[in-house]
Amino acid sequence: MRSFLPILTVVTAIVVFWYGAAVWMNAKWAQDQAVRAGVELSIPELVADTWSQERPRLPAPHQVVVELWNTTADMALQGRAMSKRSLIFHGWITLSATLLGFVMGTGAGILLAVGIVYYRVMDMSVMPWAIASQTIPILAIAPMIIVVLNSVGIQGLIPKAIISAYLSFFPVVVGMVKGLRSPSSDQLDLLRTYNATPNATFWKLRLPSSTPYLFTSLKIGMAASLVGAIVGELPTGAVRGLGARMLTGSYYGQTIQIWSALFAAAILAAILVGAIGLAERSILKRMGMSQ
Amino acid sequence: MRNAPVIEAKDLNLTFETNDGPVHALKGVTLTIDKGDFVSFIGPSGCGKTTFLRVVAALEHPTAGSITVNGMSPDDARRRRAYGYVFQAAGLYPWRSIRDNIRLPLEIMGFPKSEQDTQIDRVLDLVDLRGFGKKFPWQLSGGMQQRASIARALAFDANLLLMDEPFGALDEIVRDHLNEQLLHLWGSTDKTIGFVTHSIPEAVYLSTKIVVMSPRPGRITDVIESTLPRERPLDIRDTPEFLEIAHRVREGLRAGHAYDDE
Repeated sequence: MRSFLPILTVVTAIVVFWYGAAVWMNAKWAQDQAVRAGVELSIPELVADTWSQERPRLPAPHQVVVELWNTTADMALQGRAMSKRSLIFHGWITLSATLLGFVMGTGAGILLAVGIVYYRVMDMSVMPWAIASQTIPILAIAPMIIVVLNSVGIQGLIPKAIISAYLSFFPVVVGMVKGLRSPSSDQLDLLRTYNATPNATFWKLRLPSSTPYLFTSLKIGMAASLVGAIVGELPTGAVRGLGARMLTGSYYGQTIQIWSALFAAAILAAILVGAIGLAERSILKRMGMSQ
Repeated sequence: MRNAPVIEAKDLNLTFETNDGPVHALKGVTLTIDKGDFVSFIGPSGCGKTTFLRVVAALEHPTAGSITVNGMSPDDARRRRAYGYVFQAAGLYPWRSIRDNIRLPLEIMGFPKSEQDTQIDRVLDLVDLRGFGKKFPWQLSGGMQQRASIARALAFDANLLLMDEPFGALDEIVRDHLNEQLLHLWGSTDKTIGFVTHSIPEAVYLSTKIVVMSPRPGRITDVIESTLPRERPLDIRDTPEFLEIAHRVREGLRAGHAYDDE
């Protein structure tokens, strides 16, 4: 609870700044409308208008909150949580691709890391490619993945998950290579004195030692996965998912919709990363490795 | 067979190739260690004392000369579980309880489960850690952790115990206590012990044989057979006999250094 006050201060500052920016950015539209209608706006009227426009340049915080409420909890209360207008529905679409991609990316990342640590050839050959893969803008490669997979009849969840996996395997590779190499030379020598097989060394020493590194990577990988899923939703014609909501929002100037989808994505990311953080804390504590 | 040598090294050389040219870690090392000996290796850093221990353990391989452990090559000896090795850091796995840490070598070597438990109980008694088996390493003091790591090295009943500065990171009082315990352990088993240290009192107090080494190239400058009895209370360290041996060790170390300064 020590951090409560500082956090509150920062949040308040952001909200105040946001409201101010909303006035500034939406004032021109409000004034143009007033001129067209032939009325003079007083300052309070102007401010009130900038905070309640239907398609503001920058929606005010409460507009986003109301939109979020209307498209999530309110619809759920009406039993329409899975309606096409519900953010819960779109969030679920994105979440499923994120989770599948995260699992695939993490699995691939761990396997590659094991290969890199145990085979010198892979160490020399895989890592440069892994790094190169991350220098390609995901926005450029995502449509190609979608198109190529679509041409072989794979569409929907899988292509998006693959884009997620493409983004999330990298931090896992880097973290796990470091983690699997973290045992000291003394610890490895000790196992040599027991004539331990590489297999035993892996399961009894290297893998447990890498756990703290794995969790750090998982947190980054999860966030990357979500970004991947959202980006993967953009070139598909933007039918479903949080990415689709953002894109249709920008087509039709629905800034409030864009912002609420952005917030939904941020909240989703916070929940996912937070869940990994909780698992990390309890598992590392049980393993006696928490700092 | 009482006097069959456990370790027999003849004219052992070990050269590391580095970017700054070859480093002679061991040069012309000839040494015999008999069963039941407690042998200390003492000398400044770079004198090859640890390297020699690692050669015995087949963690390094000599570039020339011959060495046998229990009459066979170090590699074969390791395969037959000839020795337990204790490092300066206890190196216990934080995710395993003390019992399960001691179980580690037994698991790897494929001991049956029931035998694992009897062995663990036996060595926990030997190092006086009965009742601590279920604790985790972080719940134990540094000295207790090192005792647990000694127990781990004893678990599979090797007759040779190799210890590389096992008490180097511990404070003086704890070290005294562990030295006493180690002597007791050595006295109550028939282990042969190779012990690397850079403490003169520790070497003299523990050993039946003290090997004094010096660096560049790493070599043996003196081998001192201790005249102290096997039973050694801590206050033996104030006797003239003890001080005389300590003096000879110090002379040996100094001789090595004088040679080096030229």
